Order: sequence, then C-alpha cells, then structure tokens
Amino acid sequence: MTTVETTAASPRFVMSGDLTQLFYRLAAIGLICVALSFLSDAFLTTNNLLNVLRQASLVFFMASGLTLVILTGKIDLSVGATVGLSACLAATVIKSTGSPWLGAVVGIGAGSLVGLANGVLVTRLRIPSFIATYGSLWIVQGITYYYMAGQTIYGFPPGFRALGSGYALGIPIPVYLMAGFLLIGGFFAKRTTYGQQIYAIGANSVAARLSGIPVNSRLVLVFIMSGAMAGLASLVFLARLNSAEGDIGESLTLPTIAAVLIGGTSLFGGIGTVSGTFFGALILTLILNGMNLLAVNANWQPPVTGAIIIFSVWLDLATSARSQASA
Amino acid sequence: MTDYSVIDQPAATKASILARVPGVAFMLVLLFVAFATTTPGFTTLANLSNVVVQSTILLIIALPMTLIIMTEGLDLSIGAVLTLTSIIFASVLLPTGSYALAFAASSVVGIMFGAVNGWLIAVPRIPPFVATLGTLGIAQGLCLIVTDGQSIVGLPPQLQWLYGGTILGIPVPLVMAALAYLAFHGILYHTRFGTYVPALGGNREALRQAGVNDSLVLVAVYTLGGFMAGIAAMLLTARMNSAHPTAAIGMEFDAIAAVAVGGTQFERGNGWLFGTLLGVVTIGILRNGLNLLAIPSSVQVSCVGLLVILALFVDGLRSTEE
Repeated sequence: MTTVETTAASPRFVMSGDLTQLFYRLAAIGLICVALSFLSDAFLTTNNLLNVLRQASLVFFMASGLTLVILTGKIDLSVGATVGLSACLAATVIKSTGSPWLGAVVGIGAGSLVGLANGVLVTRLRIPSFIATYGSLWIVQGITYYYMAGQTIYGFPPGFRALGSGYALGIPIPVYLMAGFLLIGGFFAKRTTYGQQIYAIGANSVAARLSGIPVNSRLVLVFIMSGAMAGLASLVFLARLNSAEGDIGESLTLPTIAAVLIGGTSLFGGIGTVSGTFFGALILTLILNGMNLLAVNANWQPPVTGAIIIFSVWLDLATSARSQASA
Repeated sequence: MTDYSVIDQPAATKASILARVPGVAFMLVLLFVAFATTTPGFTTLANLSNVVVQSTILLIIALPMTLIIMTEGLDLSIGAVLTLTSIIFASVLLPTGSYALAFAASSVVGIMFGAVNGWLIAVPRIPPFVATLGTLGIAQGLCLIVTDGQSIVGLPPQLQWLYGGTILGIPVPLVMAALAYLAFHGILYHTRFGTYVPALGGNREALRQAGVNDSLVLVAVYTLGGFMAGIAAMLLTARMNSAHPTAAIGMEFDAIAAVAVGGTQFERGNGWLFGTLLGVVTIGILRNGLNLLAIPSSVQVSCVGLLVILALFVDGLRSTEE
C-alpha cells in the first residue's frame, strides 16, 4: 500500500523520467545488438532483423493492452489464455465461413468479452485483479481445451495469412500494424482525457475517484482493451502459424508481462508508456532471438523470462526508492 | 504491551471465521448431495476413500498456501516447485537407491525456492504474484531442462508403499496429511510465530513496530511452502512411481482455490486452516464427481475457477454486509 504512494511521484519527475527511461532502453538494445552481432553471424542479416521485428510485434499487441491495465495499478494474467480462446474461435469461423473479416470480429469480440468479464470481477465483485484474472486464465483455458478437444484447425485463405507472414515494401505486415498501434496507443494514453484518467487512477485511485473520474468504468474499459488487443494478437498468431490448437496461448503470459515491465511500466500503477512497452517487447525478443541463434535449448526461455520479470520489478523498486530519497 | 496490535488480529479473525463457517460447508454438502444423487458409483466406500487419498497431496501444499495467503501473499510457483522437487527426488533415488539422500536433495531444492520467493517478497518487496510468477517460469523451465522433457522411470517398486501402503490400516498418505495438518494447526494457533502470520497480512507495520523481524517471518512462511512442496513431491512420485516434467504444473491453482473456497481472504490476514481442509475436500469431491461423469479435465479446471469466483463473490457480499 505504501509503495503506491511512494511511486506516485510528482508529475515533473515522471516527465523527465520518460526521456531517461527511453535512453536506458535504447542503450540496452544497442548493447544487445552489438553483443549478438559479434556472437553470431546470422544476427545482422535483414531476414533475422525483420523476423525479430515481426516477433516483437506479436508480443507488443498483447503487451500494449496489458500496459494500460498495469498503468491503473491492476494486472491481467489472463492475456495468454485469451489469445488462445480468440484464436480458436476465430479459426473456426474463418474455416467455416471463409471470411477473415468475420473471424476477426469474432476473435476480437471474444477477447473483449473476456476483458469485460475481468473488469466486472475486479470492479463489481471487488476481487483483487491478480486473483480474478488468474481465475479467468484457468476458466478461459479450460473452455478453449474443451472446445478444441485436442483438434488442430489449419489451412487459412492466403489473404488472411498475409496478416501474419506477408510483406509490404519488404517489411512484414504485422510491423506496420505495430507502428499503427504504437501511435494510437501513445496518443490515447498521453493525449486523451481517457488516457490521463488512466494514469490518475494508477497514481492514486482514491484521489482519482474524489476528483470525479469514473474509476470503475475506466477500469472496465482498460480490461476490455487488454482483451481486445489479445484478440487482435490472436489473429496475427493465427495468420502466422496457419493453424490453431488449444494450447496456442499457454506460453504467452510470461513474455507479455515481461515486455511491459522491461518497458519501464511500474507494476504499482501511474508510471509507464506504451512506447516503453514497444522497446520492452523489442528487448525481450532480441534476447530470446539471441538465445535461439546461439543454439541455447528452448527450455531456457521461460526461466530467462521469469528472471527478467523479477529483475525488472526489482529495478523499478530500487530506482523509485532512490528517486524518492533524492527528492 | 506493544504486542496488543498483534494479538488483536487473531481475535478479529476468529469473529469473521464464525460468520463464514456455513459458506464452505454449504458448498461441500451441496456438491456431495448433487453427485450422490446424479452420479452412479460416487457414494461407494471405495470411491469416497479414493477422494480422501487423492486429496492428500493437495492438502499438503494447501496448508502452507493458507499461511502464505494470510500474509496477503500468493505462491504461483508451488505447482512447478512440486514438479521440480519430484524430478530431483526421482533422479537422486534412481542411481543411489537412497531414500534419505533423495528426500534431502528434493527438500533442499524446495526450501531454496521457498526462501528465494520469501526473500524477493520481503526484502525488495516485489509483489508476491509477480515474484512467484517469475520463479514459476524458472522452476518450470528447470523441470524440462533437467529431464529433457522425458519421464524418469524405473524407480524401485518399494517406493509405491509411500502412496499405496497402510500404517495400522490407514493409508500412508492420509497419515502424512494428518500429521501435516496437525503440525500446521500447532504452528498457526499455538506458537508465537503463528500469531505473526495473520499480523503480516493485517498490519505488517504494526508487527515491525512491535519489534518483530517481519521480513524473517515472511521468508519463513514461504520457505515452509517450498519445504511442503518437497514432502508432497515424495507422495506424487510414489503415486506415479515415476517423475514427469509437467506432473503437477497448475496444481497451485487447485491449492489457491481450496484456500479461497475455505474462506481465507486475500486481504487483511483473515484465514482459517480448517476451512482449507474443507476446501481441499470440496475440490476433491468436485473433481472426482466430474471425473465419474467423464467430464474432461479442462472443464474441471473451469469449474474450479467458477467455484473460486463464487466463493469470492459470496465473501465480498458478506464483507459489505459487515
């Protein structure tokens, strides 16, 4: 509880903090890139770098929605499971109707509904978000497994698959989508009243409520946005993998949370940016890509991601304590 | 005299417990009656004793989970740590044949994970769900790395006695679970340490003001969780007579569910150990009944999730009434 108050530093610090945060992240990316280009010949190739960007875009879609939730001081642990459900439902619709658009509506719609349910659990039933979304993680995953019954749905129209694996002007299409959502997300968070209210809720929800911000409906909104972005991510996944299975979203929770936290968004709310999450997704993808190139056993990816999560929060706590002391 | 702030907490806990008794008991009876009337084979002695024996592993990790949640904490890693300790147990037992050595090795790993969880939460004050989510990833990855994704088989058949044998006619796992329950009852309700546990959740600052090393208590609580995961790992390994890298992945959810259904709150340090016992039996009955109805385990998980949300919903209604 006390941490919420201490991290809610003066707005002046947050503004100047954004630039230093950006600097650290760019430096980290630079270091990783230099190290990897020495360690592996395959790293500095156009193909590999474009692949990194494409992978990062998948993480970014999920992580940008989650960023908004974490900015309010809440958490959404169900993102990965939501991707799984959305992907499987969208896959069914695309296969049976042949219409990618209808599939997109169903996928994003399903994600939004899970988000709505999370929002209701957190605001109306007042269940702490980490436990409510942890519960919905298992419920949604159970529904997905039951619905798929071990089947795989594969083979989608080429037009749809371009969303995940196509190129325009030599750059993967999901990267354009990522750039679009980076702009939209950044604008939404920093330049709209809604965005400012989200920061205010995260900084101090009681003060936000007393100053007339409809806290509950904004919280429901961010959970819906997180679910909708998971739905969008599921479409790109589907288009890239060209197949859907029940466990498609199972391993996505850790990297999504890691990207947000590496991006400098504080778990305690009120501090962070969508652009930070973009750099977080990029850094995480670079690290995992590097491990791949160096032929590290893929089973090391969850432990490394887990350690990165812990380290990021620790760093956030350590630096906010220092800024508190110097203020 | 400074201790009053600490002593206040269990007293408040007792009052709110009494108000909650019917909640989990009601669910338990309702589920029992529902399955008894609809599901053939549910009320046979063989099946019911099966429910009890199968609940023992869950109880052994749900007990420390109760204490952890009472500190306003959470341990998402306990299922993965249980799996990892089972793998360590099997992989030491297989070449050496020494149960003592195998138990020592798996306990050390469990205790280490618990202590790291506790330290991360107590000292840098990383929120419990994210600290243990991180160690969950680490433990889960290690399970796959140590085994290379394979099961460890060929363990001595005598090991099965641990899960399938009896002492004075009572199944061994039941004896172990009962001992664990008694030990936790003793720790929580009859030691000074036990009074600190709800105080950590209720008012950590007051505990510190009272001169208690709050961080040490918190580390001890999580370490207890890791140690109990090591105990449960022996039963799990004996049950399958093998170790599998995904054996107990996700079991933390059943443990958290049992604690929540049992009426322990995620805030304010209100907890109830006997409620956890009832919660474990409730989940055991739910899963067993659904099994008999041939409902796939994926749907069972969803049902457990709905049960938790129902329990928390009722819990919320009650607390707003107060």
